[in-house]
Amino acid sequence: MLNRDVREKLIAIVGENNVEDNNASLLAYSYDSTPRYQTLPDAMVAPRNKHEVSAVVKVCNEHQIPIVPRGSGTNLCAGTTPSEGGIVLIFKHMREILEIDEENLTMTVQAGVYTKDILDRAQAVGLFYPPDPGSMHISQIGGNISENSGGLRGLKYGVTRDYVLGLEIVLPNGEIIQTGGKLAKDVAGYDLTRLYVGAEGTLGVITEAILKLVPQPETKQTMLALYHDLGAAAESVSAIIANRIIPATLEFLDQATVQVVEDYAKIGLPTEAKAVLLIEQDGPPEVVARDMEKIASLCKDNQAFDVQVAQTDEEAEQLTAARRTALSALSRLKPTTILEDATVPRSKIAAMVKAIGEIAAKYELTICTFGHAGDGNLHPTCLTDARNEQEMELVEKAFAEIFEKAVELGGTITGEHGVGMMKLPYLHLKAGEHGVEAMRRIKQALDPHGIMNPGKMFDPLTKQSKEMEK
Amino acid sequence: MDTQEKARIQTAFQEKMDYDELMNCTRCGFCLPSCPTYVETGRNEVHSPRGRIALMKGLVDGVIEPSEEVKESIDLCLGCRACEPVCPSGVNFGRLLEQARDAIYQSKKPTLPEKVMKGIFLKNIFPQQNRMIGLTGLLSFYQRSGAQKLAQATGVMKLFPETMRTMEKVLPDVPKRSAMKRRPHHLQPLHRNRTKKVAFFSGCLMDTIFMETNDATMKLLQYAGCEIVLPKTQACCGALHGHSGEMDHAREMAKRNIAAFEEAEVDYIITNAGGCGAFLVEYAHLLKDDPQWHERAERFCAKIKDITRVLVELEFHKQPLSLPEQVVTYQDSCHLKNGQKTFMEPRQLLEAISGVQYVEMKDASRCCGSAGIYNIVQSEMSMQILDYKMEQARNTNAKTIVTTNPGCLLQMKLGIEREGLSKEMNAVHIVDFLLEAYERANNKEVTNQQVAASQV
Repeated sequence: MLNRDVREKLIAIVGENNVEDNNASLLAYSYDSTPRYQTLPDAMVAPRNKHEVSAVVKVCNEHQIPIVPRGSGTNLCAGTTPSEGGIVLIFKHMREILEIDEENLTMTVQAGVYTKDILDRAQAVGLFYPPDPGSMHISQIGGNISENSGGLRGLKYGVTRDYVLGLEIVLPNGEIIQTGGKLAKDVAGYDLTRLYVGAEGTLGVITEAILKLVPQPETKQTMLALYHDLGAAAESVSAIIANRIIPATLEFLDQATVQVVEDYAKIGLPTEAKAVLLIEQDGPPEVVARDMEKIASLCKDNQAFDVQVAQTDEEAEQLTAARRTALSALSRLKPTTILEDATVPRSKIAAMVKAIGEIAAKYELTICTFGHAGDGNLHPTCLTDARNEQEMELVEKAFAEIFEKAVELGGTITGEHGVGMMKLPYLHLKAGEHGVEAMRRIKQALDPHGIMNPGKMFDPLTKQSKEMEK
Repeated sequence: MDTQEKARIQTAFQEKMDYDELMNCTRCGFCLPSCPTYVETGRNEVHSPRGRIALMKGLVDGVIEPSEEVKESIDLCLGCRACEPVCPSGVNFGRLLEQARDAIYQSKKPTLPEKVMKGIFLKNIFPQQNRMIGLTGLLSFYQRSGAQKLAQATGVMKLFPETMRTMEKVLPDVPKRSAMKRRPHHLQPLHRNRTKKVAFFSGCLMDTIFMETNDATMKLLQYAGCEIVLPKTQACCGALHGHSGEMDHAREMAKRNIAAFEEAEVDYIITNAGGCGAFLVEYAHLLKDDPQWHERAERFCAKIKDITRVLVELEFHKQPLSLPEQVVTYQDSCHLKNGQKTFMEPRQLLEAISGVQYVEMKDASRCCGSAGIYNIVQSEMSMQILDYKMEQARNTNAKTIVTTNPGCLLQMKLGIEREGLSKEMNAVHIVDFLLEAYERANNKEVTNQQVAASQV
């Protein structure tokens, strides 16, 4: 519980209605989309503008109260679970699209704007904001930036990071800074914009962003390629890219995933296929037509038994929308779904898919796999029951092996979901002890009291200092 | 809330909640934008489906204890179930809500308006059709005798809350007591060979206050070639009981209805109220723990069909239908759409009427705020939701708002009255609208004698 003095100070800043600490509110902000993580915060605080954010941060810094900035709580790494109490910072009052600059092709937005609204507004003026995480119709841009979210278009267009030109940040000491700008080039000092994208709220609070927009592609086409064999699908992915074609989307779904998605979406997905590739290309009509033809023949060369092209925009939209629901739809099968996002160089997709299958068999677990095959980002998803402690132990062991395998193949423990609490124990696998230490020092320098989203990303203390404490 | 009460509620949650269903929620948040209370409270997670499920689970797990705020979250839910079709995990939110309300209300003292509403209506009036008729008869007397004008002139109505005051103005002119007592029990098709044998679930409110709409429904079915049976022993569907946590009463009503319709041996059981239909199809779930009734309930549920669905199936919309030139919009009944997955058919029927320019309103499928007795017990939120709805309706320039449920119909009328639009806008039930279109196009106003002659 917040002490009375702090509570009064916060109310003085944001108003009585914007500090909630009744038990219903505390519970409603105790979780995000990650299963098995839940801790009650001490209060929910909803500042109305950046100055209020700054004032709130100052109070928390003075009293050493943890702050967890939270968008819609759709992340999958326990990145916004208030594991050490404190306040959950909400952006429901900060949801304005401030400007679309059609001369510089930028959009300036507050942290609480829904990702989908950014895309819609851009498209209304013939522009395009490509990052499209699965939860884009409800996720907020502040959260996307903090997690450096990816999505289905990562292969061709990159991820959130590639569309953030500048940020307004409230530092842990309460100072407000602006980084970057509406600039294609800017080398004035450290690139703080890049530092804060993907910092998971551990270095400060993002209040505003300048986003890069690109011209809206003229057309797009969507196709499904069906396989009797997982490996053949993975080989097709490598073949497409090796043939110098970069599709906008190249998604991979295994049979179990296709079946549950079809069960929910009922759009006639081919549930008889062992593996399905969902491929989308966009651009000028002649290029799209040429690429799609080439892709179709490459898929067939690699043992696709059928290739189906969506006949209408609606049909295409249904397919991608259905793919977005894959994770949640999988949860119909078992009480708990634990999802990871081990990522490998795309040439290693086939090897990784094979390894996941072997690891699942070794621990006798049901692991479904879908993901952004084109960019090497897979989502092995374990269907289990959190109440079965024995099985949960096996799940953890299996995932540890999957992470090790990914790193061994030149990959990473997480491609787009973030580290949060969930992958904190594995960060060293990818970053190395010295790498983690470098991050720790950056954190220490910017947030000496450790108030910003504590308990996420890495342990604040080094092995050495832990030993000294003992 | 005292300690004893808290303990009672917590135990009730542990006993009554379906824990597997709670576990089904992955907290992905896909439900958030579909929830009218999440939107209207300016994105308050407490008033979202995900938040409510978390609260229910929190109570069962003992992470939190019952409180006024928890209860408020459950109370403020409309029960519109808009979160269900958008839930990739397939959580049956409506059922969880009923279990939660059951857990709270079997052990909690309701507020005064709730107590009055529930005591009088749920326990004593809705279950007994003769009392329904009696009450509606009083209303009829009130409207016809001049008492209504007197009450309105003297300002007595000002003593009532604003919602009820306006509601009083928009209630339809109800039928006379004698007419309500004289209901048909078996009808033959009109002008067509028999296509189907159906039973008509006449409902409690629909067969009294909205009797004319029920008459129109039967006529449409007759024109579509249906032989219609109306079992005498049918009763209120029990939805209002179920939604307010009176599960035992709801089960009683379910059994009475299943027994009543079993004898009829029909292809379908037709409803014309989205709210009733959605509850009728839940009977199998409601009686799942009752081995004597479960199978019978399943057979009953499989036959339930909304009137719009059966009309489209029998290609009623391919006959000539016409009305004077007008813009028309449609307000989905939440329970017809989310509970019975019926939303294309009403639109198909409306678009088939020549003279009608159908304009879809923005967020047509978002709840109108009527939600059973919600607009009386949660009047403030209900009116906030209604204001948004009316803004969307006005933007279509519609002359007519069509609905498929009596609660929505009254709420739309209420909205029109509140906005001072009664001169340019009107709200109707889809069957009344369709009947007018059919009879106009086919030049056959069927006389009462003909209808009487069709009675078996």
